[in-house]
Amino acid sequence: MDIAQFERTSEFAWHIKPFGRMRVPGVIFASEALLREMDAKVYEQVTNVAMLPGIVGASFAMPDAHWGYGFPIGGVAAFDPDQGGVVSAGGVGFDISCGVRTLHTSLQFKDLDAVKTRLADALYHTIPAGLGSTGAIRLDAKKMDAMLRGGAHWAVEQGFGEEADLERIEEGGCMRGADPAQVSVQAKQRQRDEMGTLGSGNHYLEVQQVTEVYAPDIAAAYGLKLGDVVVSIHCGSRGLGHQIGTEFLRQMVISALGYGIDLPDRELACAPINSPLGQNYLGAMRAGINCALANRQILTHLTRQVFSQLLPQSRLPLLYDVSHNTCKVETHSVGGRQKQLFVHRKGATRAFGPGHPDLPAALRQAGQPVLIGGSMGTASYILAGTRESMQRAFGSACHGSGRAMSRHQALRNWHGRQVVDELAGRGILIRSPSSRGVAEEAPGAYKDVSAVVDSADQAGLARKVARLEPIICIKG
Amino acid sequence: MATDHWEHFPHEADMGVRGMGTTLEQAFEQAALALTAVVTDLTDVAPRKMIQLSCEAPDVELLLVDWLNALIFEMATRRMLFNRFEVRLEGQHLSANVWGEALDVARHHPAVEVKGATYTALKVARQADGSWLAQCVVDV
Repeated sequence: MDIAQFERTSEFAWHIKPFGRMRVPGVIFASEALLREMDAKVYEQVTNVAMLPGIVGASFAMPDAHWGYGFPIGGVAAFDPDQGGVVSAGGVGFDISCGVRTLHTSLQFKDLDAVKTRLADALYHTIPAGLGSTGAIRLDAKKMDAMLRGGAHWAVEQGFGEEADLERIEEGGCMRGADPAQVSVQAKQRQRDEMGTLGSGNHYLEVQQVTEVYAPDIAAAYGLKLGDVVVSIHCGSRGLGHQIGTEFLRQMVISALGYGIDLPDRELACAPINSPLGQNYLGAMRAGINCALANRQILTHLTRQVFSQLLPQSRLPLLYDVSHNTCKVETHSVGGRQKQLFVHRKGATRAFGPGHPDLPAALRQAGQPVLIGGSMGTASYILAGTRESMQRAFGSACHGSGRAMSRHQALRNWHGRQVVDELAGRGILIRSPSSRGVAEEAPGAYKDVSAVVDSADQAGLARKVARLEPIICIKG
Repeated sequence: MATDHWEHFPHEADMGVRGMGTTLEQAFEQAALALTAVVTDLTDVAPRKMIQLSCEAPDVELLLVDWLNALIFEMATRRMLFNRFEVRLEGQHLSANVWGEALDVARHHPAVEVKGATYTALKVARQADGSWLAQCVVDV
């Protein structure tokens, strides 16, 4: 990326003044080094998003931004329905509500000594991962609709997990306004056998240990200390979300001109929030969010079963669950006035600051946990939303490290077996049905997550709390 | 060198599929081969079972995305992989016979699940030599 295109407004903020059809500025949060490495397509996509009707404030990109579909991955944009604002299927993405949840285990690293290999094997055996894997649950039409309306609430009612989990999930575990009638028969069919499955690609379940604490006060509020073992699960809304994304993207591409929207890029397909198509999409997308929340809840239950068998002394309460690919109605301060906005986060994490009413009482003073997944074999981080983050980019932060090279290139550089052996040499156990998948997800194919997190911290998007390193990784 | 072939092209997070063919139909068939090759080695798939598909779109580029998405849907819901395609085009209407077999994880070593075909780097065009190109990025 040519950094001469930007006006540097602080050490970690780079502005693009509106030109042409841009309605608002573009802002990329990153260190100079990360910005230089960033794909030039991110600049193009940030400016394209700034052209969409009803956009408020600026078109933002997080430090892990990379070339996405219409919106950059790591893109954040808020729209005002009263100013013709839009909702965009491309701005949410295919994997609706893909996200991360982290569970405590009440264990310390040394407690795993005797059972590490057995734990890895048991998790791999129990958690359905990879293409073609199926869950144990089959949903008929009525149950499918109940799941799409209820999300993690539905899952808890069905016996997956505990009531106490719900307040530790965004939206209290149930996205309101979901409309299962807007989810096609095909999308539901694609989900029929996929409840409680991890998926593939960059999705994983990891057993991790806390190897560094940066903010002891917040870590204490989160219940984290050095040496603690935690479990993180990264996955989304599975086939249902992918099919909703596919179908609405197509409808929005075809109907955009009819709504008077001249798209700078077809992938930016969107519809006015106040339109039948916009409302239908919101109903379906919210059902997709509930599907993802239910899915992570079922995987949590399976994880707890494995731990209770091998480590009966363990307890696995939920620390928090964040979603990356969403459009949510939130109240933000715009020019001194409180406004209801439709905030798109595409590969970006919500990062609400201390005192926010949507946070559970136990976490409210500390700020929202922002869970940043690394790539396989690299560190993950826990950050916290700050008061500042609400002012920067509508309470948003980065979501992961982002790829540094294509899958294509990764396959040329690594073999799956070699990656597994190298990580085993460092004490990290990988279990995956796909050797090629492991090669495509090799740690070296990703950007340095530490640099991304440092930029997010220093840009004031979220504050670094703790570093996690992998012990066991179940890879889809 | 045969005109009909497929290839992958790099996209930062995902994968591009490109089909080249003497005719538009053949370019669509080649793009479908490239799609399966994102998941597995084509030579590991046997054309044991045939299914029929059809789709329709307002223009030929949207039709390519619809064609690939129809295949992605069949792969996901039938749990099959496909490696032989016969495409017929009449205007903006596509019908196809598609052959493949049930996914066998142990034999096919599937690398990744394809979530959907996208409008990114989407192009369906006649080349200077008269052959056809059909390509887009797929989200994995």
